[in-house]
Amino acid sequence: MSVGIVGYGAFIPRRRIKLEEIAKVWGADAPSYKRGLQLHEKSVPGADEDTVTMSVEAARNAFARSGGVDPVEVGALYVGSESHPYAVKPSGTIVAEAIGATPDIHIADFEFACKAGTESMFVAQALVRAGEVKYAIGIGADTSQGAPGDALEYSAAAGAAAFIFGDDDDRNLAEILATYSWTTDTPDFWRREYMHYPRHGSRFTGEPAYFRTTMSSAKGIMEKNGLKPGDFAHAIFHQPNGKFPMRVGKKLGFTNEQLETGWLSPWLGNTYSGASPIGLTAVLDIAKPGDLVLITSFGSGAGSDSFVLRVTDRVEEVRDLAARTRPQLDENQIYVDYGTYAKLRGKIRMAE
Amino acid sequence: MRDVAVVGVGMTDFGELWGKSLRTIWAEAALAALADAEVQKIDLITIGCMSPGLFVGQEHLASLLADELGMAGTAASRVESACASGGLALRTGFAEIASGLSDTVLVTGVEKMNDVDGADATYALGTAADQEWEGFHGITFPGLYAMLARAHMQRFGTTVEQLAAVAVKNHANGLLNPHAQYHLKLTIESALASTMVADPLRLMDCSPVTDGAAALVLTTVEKAEKLAGHRPIVKISGSGLATDTISLANREDLTELKAVRLAADRAYAMAGKKPEDLDVVEVHDCFTIAEIMATEALGLFEPGKGAQAAEDGLTAIGGKIPVNTSGGLKSKGHPVGATGVAQVAEIATQLRGEAGDRQVAGAKTGLAQNMGGSGGSSIVHILEVAS
Repeated sequence: MSVGIVGYGAFIPRRRIKLEEIAKVWGADAPSYKRGLQLHEKSVPGADEDTVTMSVEAARNAFARSGGVDPVEVGALYVGSESHPYAVKPSGTIVAEAIGATPDIHIADFEFACKAGTESMFVAQALVRAGEVKYAIGIGADTSQGAPGDALEYSAAAGAAAFIFGDDDDRNLAEILATYSWTTDTPDFWRREYMHYPRHGSRFTGEPAYFRTTMSSAKGIMEKNGLKPGDFAHAIFHQPNGKFPMRVGKKLGFTNEQLETGWLSPWLGNTYSGASPIGLTAVLDIAKPGDLVLITSFGSGAGSDSFVLRVTDRVEEVRDLAARTRPQLDENQIYVDYGTYAKLRGKIRMAE
Repeated sequence: MRDVAVVGVGMTDFGELWGKSLRTIWAEAALAALADAEVQKIDLITIGCMSPGLFVGQEHLASLLADELGMAGTAASRVESACASGGLALRTGFAEIASGLSDTVLVTGVEKMNDVDGADATYALGTAADQEWEGFHGITFPGLYAMLARAHMQRFGTTVEQLAAVAVKNHANGLLNPHAQYHLKLTIESALASTMVADPLRLMDCSPVTDGAAALVLTTVEKAEKLAGHRPIVKISGSGLATDTISLANREDLTELKAVRLAADRAYAMAGKKPEDLDVVEVHDCFTIAEIMATEALGLFEPGKGAQAAEDGLTAIGGKIPVNTSGGLKSKGHPVGATGVAQVAEIATQLRGEAGDRQVAGAKTGLAQNMGGSGGSSIVHILEVAS
């Protein structure tokens, strides 16, 4: 028996805003932003979409691919996000009720900037490996925040991915061969209580935070397991913009072909806790049995979780049982103007 | 006046030094210069630093840094003249020794600019402009230099390609300087395609935000002769300091940097030198237009001819008069308080014949021009190999 993913699902809201539309409002130079960040557009949550609803959608897609896992058999559910709707009151309880997994279940909300999604996955699969629960769900979801006019406003997006972990070989669609985390106290991005928008250390978020942490995590898991970039069919890195994941991938020795399937940020934006997990769903949508997959997240503060997965035959049977990720990104978009975006993101002060 | 020599040179790598604090990089440069000079006793430490209060929240720098070096008790002073603070620290040290007040001085410059974000760094730098007549109305330095560039273009026909030629040349030199912040090969095409900052100045016309420190040890030529060993003695033969109106609105002529001309005239007079006597020059290229205007104000080229000279390669290594062999502020980086000291470190290194791949063959006489704000102050030093 090996621990692995028995069901996966993604959810991406239909609404989009183009980078030019944001730049126009702030008098910014759109071509230089597009070139500098390699971003074209980003997803925008609708009025009735938040971290909880997106988590439910993603979890339902994961169940559709699980070969009939009964929600009551799920012993743990974790939601990782930096945009939980409540400061105090869990998101996970609402998600668990919606999918019918209560009350015989352990639930927690995680927060670690953009790493909270893989964090929930890390803990969920570990509980299965320990034999504590039969199935566990890890979810990464965010309706991320960027202050008006800040560089983050061009990237902060919305989306979710959910993974059901188990250890029955009949259901495994990707075995987890290894996990590794690399963490330090590196305060490159933060939001204190009562602050509406996060703050960041500008260029400090790059080399000393994202690149150092992500590189160390990816190198660490490869070295500990005797693997090299050429062993993987696909690699997914946290994608705060279009540029960083490709640069980190290239620095580590991965090729465009290995990186491009899970590289969604140019058209999706940064879905924070959802970012690398949604990238993994896009890879599972097309990966071949036997493929080795590396996923390396990054969360400001700062840490990175890495997983090595081996795709099984079952992935081909289940991938079309729910909406694939790339079509959710590339089709049926609804483009909104900045005014609508500002309304949807709660950036307009209403009468009190 | 007593003759003064540079007997020690030291600097940190310039760049985004995330893992080091102001005191750490300062001490690194100071210790390097002291080791280079092999002197035991320092009478005075001078520190050029523009705005430690705004950049790292620390004032009272002179005592702090003397203590950091294990030298609490030693006389120390911090001086400030915006981006010319380093040059002023050198002039202060020079005057102390020339006058007989001190025998040996550790001259330093430092700035730690990356501990604040871009907006705060822009604000801190902006305090070097005339706040009531410029800053409070919203203009920052790229805008001020853009106006100087426009005036130069209108009067002399200077082109954006000629501005880019300055950046391309300085980045080519920076490739040869291991301490430089940026090691990149720049082309005219990529410079002209870079992000517009303040028309006509693009990103590649602007010097970067930089952490770094530089240091020199000065003493009398008499003492230097005992320390020199096989090395040539580098003498400071001229020092000129001048001011101009800070606000551009009060200038009679926007196409000339008057403070640079006045400071240069004073330095040339003291040294008994003319522009034609120079073998190597460092100028304050905070923006590409500043290098062009500085080379004119120093008399290297006639007014209005500096841009063409840059485009024709006259200021490249191997050209008529090599300018900014270090890579200049553009490529080496511009930790504002350190810049004036780092410029003289480059000239001293050239005159010692220790500049490696960027060495100007046979350099005997050099000049360094440091500038505050948009030309509100300037300091020029002339150095030569003592015969």
